[in-house]
Amino acid sequence: MGISSSVSADGSELTILIQGRFDFSAHQDFRRSYESLDIRPRSFAVDLRETTYLDSSALGMLLLLRDFAGGESSTVRIVNCNPDVKKILTISNFEQLFAIR
Amino acid sequence: MTASQSTLVLKVLVAEDTRSDRQILEAILRQDGHHVISASDGIEAVECFRQERPDIILLDALMPSLDGFEAARQIKSLAGETLVPIIFLTSLTETESLVKCLEAGGDDFLQKPYNRVILQAKIKAFNRMRELHATMSAQRDQIASHNRYLIQEQTLAKQLFDNIAHDDCLDASNVRHYLSPKAVFNGDVLVAAQRPSGNMMLLLGDFTGHGLPAAIGAMPLASTFYGMVHKGFALTDVLREINDKLKAILPIGLFCCATFLEINFRERIVTVWNGGLPDCFIYRHRTREVEAVKSHHLPLGVLPSTQLKLDCQYFELEVGDRCFLWSDGIHEARSCKGEMFGEQRLKAVFERSDPGRIFDAILESVHEFTGSAEVDDDLSLLEVVMVEPGNASSRSMPQPAEHNAGLMEWKLDFEVKPSTFKYFDPLPLLLSIITEVPGLRSHSGSVYTVLAELYSNALEHGVLKLDSTLKQTPEGFARYYQLRSERLEHVDSGFIRFHLSHDTRENGGRLMIHIVDSGDGFPHQDVLNPRNRSAGYSGRGIPLIRDICESLCYRGKGNEVEAVFVWSN
Repeated sequence: MGISSSVSADGSELTILIQGRFDFSAHQDFRRSYESLDIRPRSFAVDLRETTYLDSSALGMLLLLRDFAGGESSTVRIVNCNPDVKKILTISNFEQLFAIR
Repeated sequence: MTASQSTLVLKVLVAEDTRSDRQILEAILRQDGHHVISASDGIEAVECFRQERPDIILLDALMPSLDGFEAARQIKSLAGETLVPIIFLTSLTETESLVKCLEAGGDDFLQKPYNRVILQAKIKAFNRMRELHATMSAQRDQIASHNRYLIQEQTLAKQLFDNIAHDDCLDASNVRHYLSPKAVFNGDVLVAAQRPSGNMMLLLGDFTGHGLPAAIGAMPLASTFYGMVHKGFALTDVLREINDKLKAILPIGLFCCATFLEINFRERIVTVWNGGLPDCFIYRHRTREVEAVKSHHLPLGVLPSTQLKLDCQYFELEVGDRCFLWSDGIHEARSCKGEMFGEQRLKAVFERSDPGRIFDAILESVHEFTGSAEVDDDLSLLEVVMVEPGNASSRSMPQPAEHNAGLMEWKLDFEVKPSTFKYFDPLPLLLSIITEVPGLRSHSGSVYTVLAELYSNALEHGVLKLDSTLKQTPEGFARYYQLRSERLEHVDSGFIRFHLSHDTRENGGRLMIHIVDSGDGFPHQDVLNPRNRSAGYSGRGIPLIRDICESLCYRGKGNEVEAVFVWSN
């Protein structure tokens, strides 16, 4: 399990990559990955290509990020979901809050 | 006499009709310590050979009743593969006669009058040749016997491998494959099986190296693959397990490049994981376009599974679209000029062939290109077609009606005590029992979500008495999980009880999950009300469970919950 993040070359987008299980144990690393930046990026991407499992506390963390990014006016994309992860996001109607690909 | 001469004792046959000559030779030989047998004509000489099997023969060319030439032929024929040097004794000097001696099977000649030193030297030289010949014959026989043994072993190993791989669905109507006969011993392995959900999984692997080591690696790969796929494990679980096995058994430098495919016929989705094999192709039959799926991963058996990347690529296919997998044998097939077949020629085959003909066209092109059958040694090709669900039938596929076997109807009570919360996560244990139910494993993701959400509610709210209203602000969210770890560290009272039971339904079953915690409960009437959904950053677990389960209800003061999960395949 691990969380890593990178800012795009022009500084406009932060990508957070989550490896393994995305559950409560990840919340400190997850929050640090976007709160520690000096300049707030315009948009955010959460890359779940290597995420094997996602629980309801992870849903809470995604909402935290969305609010941090500006709530209704935010741009947060959730990308590269595997079918199991996508199913949980879909059941929770997260596609109404995030751009899920 | 030197020491080495004294140790050399040979049995020498002297065949000479002139008595005086015979006696001279006998004397010389006896003085040198050899054991001498004498014959006075050709017939006697052949008979002596038959009975005594001398090591070296001194044979007079001209003798009564049977001359030396004919005696030599008969003796050589009796000796068979053993080298019995024959030295002709002759007073003949014409070249033609000497040649005749050698043609009759003689190895050398000694001219009269006899020179003792030359005779000794020739006997020593021919004895060396005799010994060399004996050693070589023995080694040749040994090699031949080893080779027979090796072929026998390979045949057995192939049988063993076929037995492990016998319950596959490589013969399914939507699958075509070509695996050259010797490919198993070149390290290529191809396995295919159906998950209980109906998805088909296929793995093409190419072990580094050749021969037995590569073939041995294929065994645990195949048995792990079949064992896990039939039980319904997910692609990533199977990959991780195979990787672990190979990492543990393969020496450094030996690993397995592999492409793993999962075909979901209902959703028409193909999942691809490619670690180290050449790009596999997704072929769209409408547009006749090819999409190459690159390897994004290291081969299996290189990294520990904690570092193995398991992200896959997903493709939506239409019925009639095809996937093509191959090992590098096709790309690296060489023409007689040493040129490689390469990807360009492969792509050209796709451009010029009808969809249904591509598989054959690839093999034909490669064979034509190489112009020899040698390429067969290292060529593996697989084609899978997306078909309507149920059209991927195979005579060896397990029938879905097998639901009546195994752990079907049962009940389990399980309690977690305070000292255990901190150290032990009971969910994997419980999930492994639950997924023993045949067919239920394909729903393990959903079952896990339900168990995990209910268990964390019971633990966090019931046992640790955490208040989820904390989670309404980002700071509270962090505070909540900080408290969770603090309280978990010091928990000394409370319990969580699982009461699980399962019974069968047509094509599936019903799993009851009843969880009781030691906490004070909560006003549960509100939580199930949809209007109270999505307050703050919490409260998403219960709607998730309600969606997955047939029913969810809280009992008592709210410290008891019962979820009913109904499944069918």
